Amino acid sequence: METNNKQMLFLTLTKLRAWVFLALLLILFEVWSHTIYGRSFLANPYNLKSLAFFAAIPLLLALGQTFVIISAGIDLSVGFIMGLAAVISAKAVAYFGAMGLPDFPAVMLGIMVACLVAIIPGIINGILISSLGVPPFIGTLGMYGVARGAAFLFAGGMTVSVSNSILKWLGNGLIMGVPVLVIIVAIACIISHFLLSQTRFGQHTYAMGDNKAAADRAGINTKFLTIKIYALAGLFAGIAGALYTARFSAGSAQAGEPLLLISIAIVVIGGASLFGGSGTISGTIAGALVIAVIQYGLVYVNIEPFWQFIAVGIVIILSVLAEQAQSKLWGAK
Amino acid sequence: MARDRLEIKNIAKHFGPVKALDGVSLTLKPGECLALAGDNGAGKTTLIKVISGVHPATSGEVLIDGKPAQFSTPQQAREAGIETIYQDLALANNLTIGENIFLGREPKKRLWGFLPILDRKKMAEAATNVMKNLEFHTDRLDSPVQAFSGGQRQTVAIGRAVHWNASILIMDEPTAALGVPEQKKVLELIKALKAKGHSIIFISHNLQDIFEVSDRIVVMRRGKVAGERQIADIDHNEVVRLMISG
Repeated sequence: METNNKQMLFLTLTKLRAWVFLALLLILFEVWSHTIYGRSFLANPYNLKSLAFFAAIPLLLALGQTFVIISAGIDLSVGFIMGLAAVISAKAVAYFGAMGLPDFPAVMLGIMVACLVAIIPGIINGILISSLGVPPFIGTLGMYGVARGAAFLFAGGMTVSVSNSILKWLGNGLIMGVPVLVIIVAIACIISHFLLSQTRFGQHTYAMGDNKAAADRAGINTKFLTIKIYALAGLFAGIAGALYTARFSAGSAQAGEPLLLISIAIVVIGGASLFGGSGTISGTIAGALVIAVIQYGLVYVNIEPFWQFIAVGIVIILSVLAEQAQSKLWGAK
Repeated sequence: MARDRLEIKNIAKHFGPVKALDGVSLTLKPGECLALAGDNGAGKTTLIKVISGVHPATSGEVLIDGKPAQFSTPQQAREAGIETIYQDLALANNLTIGENIFLGREPKKRLWGFLPILDRKKMAEAATNVMKNLEFHTDRLDSPVQAFSGGQRQTVAIGRAVHWNASILIMDEPTAALGVPEQKKVLELIKALKAKGHSIIFISHNLQDIFEVSDRIVVMRRGKVAGERQIADIDHNEVVRLMISG
């Protein structure tokens, strides 16, 4: 099917829909803020910093979820893997501190332990899905329960607090006015973008998500690829958990519970298809900012927080509608 | 007479007690198109799966250019110059022509001298060349292949085989998923590939297509060769008779 210029413009807009949503929302809150407070929403360093904090940890989960969704999977376990990692990192940093290690190595070791622990359920997810034929929805739902239980058991049903100056700096410190947390997440974004767009790993993830049979026939080891993708999602959830602990100086098993659906919403708003084969890191970043702007913006203009759910829900639906229109225009499928 | 590009001798393939192939022998010459015909379940697909390395044969011998070859994976067959083209277009529709041609074998280069990244320029250049050779003209080489028609996508699949210098192309119902004008294009393409010296095994249910592009036909029935003829020496009725009664 030949497409004309008007259709190409529409296609470009649907592809970049997360950025379009973001721009519209920013305009909305800018006008709203001027109307009720008589000052700018965006030209306000405090607001920008708060938005970045709001977006950072959900974005980290969504980065892993982006790879999973592009591969035509879904990972429902990342929320509680994050909780598990939050608890483990708090325990491990406290443990290494109690052994007499200085703050810095104690934090590094503790975060490493948390990430290693977080990768294990990811690998198991991958094996379940690729080698044992368990549908991603069910396999990771099982892991959701396992990680949840394990997190509460490790935490003894409580929030585990930890006191460490370096850890606190990671979660709350600033480098030239930019939160350290945000810098870490930005680095994770750059690495994810590189993996997805410049490596065979990314290329094969796209191919497998669109047509697994084609990927198999092309000689791609889709089993190992699937395991790597879910392990990566586990790793990102692990880092997210450790950063949560850093932010609040305490690890909670429930740290990631509200973020699971948010992470999927971010990826979908960012332009990925739940049928697999499409999605980008830049879209996911925009998706995370859209949700952060809705959540923070509505609080800022003093709207009851329950409207956040409605607003996020509407954006998800609009995003999927745009996706549908886009695939109709391509003609295929 | 040129040496056979492919010779298979007495191939048998058993799945438990089922003899899917029972002593099949055939030859394929350079630049020849050999049609493989037979009713459903005659063993055509099993035979090409043995040749392309998907199933190892229970017994028998495969020779390529006179040398014995044994493939246990499709990759090994591919490295020996055997590419398979399927009716259901084994492409990733979200990737470009170049990315599909190189799927699983992507070229890499080094960014800043150390960071390995995909060499997209090389992929795009190869796509341009291959598609030009196949008379497929488009200014949208960077579009995902889902933007193209079924026939164009089949051309991409064939282009992939051509790019990797396949000496033997196995085409399993390459026109089955296509409209009539597109079927014609693929048949023209097969003729052009023959002229360039590629050997082709062409599987089809459509006798008209078989008669249009093939040089020779092997009719299979119940895992055996029921008959082999030069296309010039056979007509439709005879093919059908061989398929049904051997």
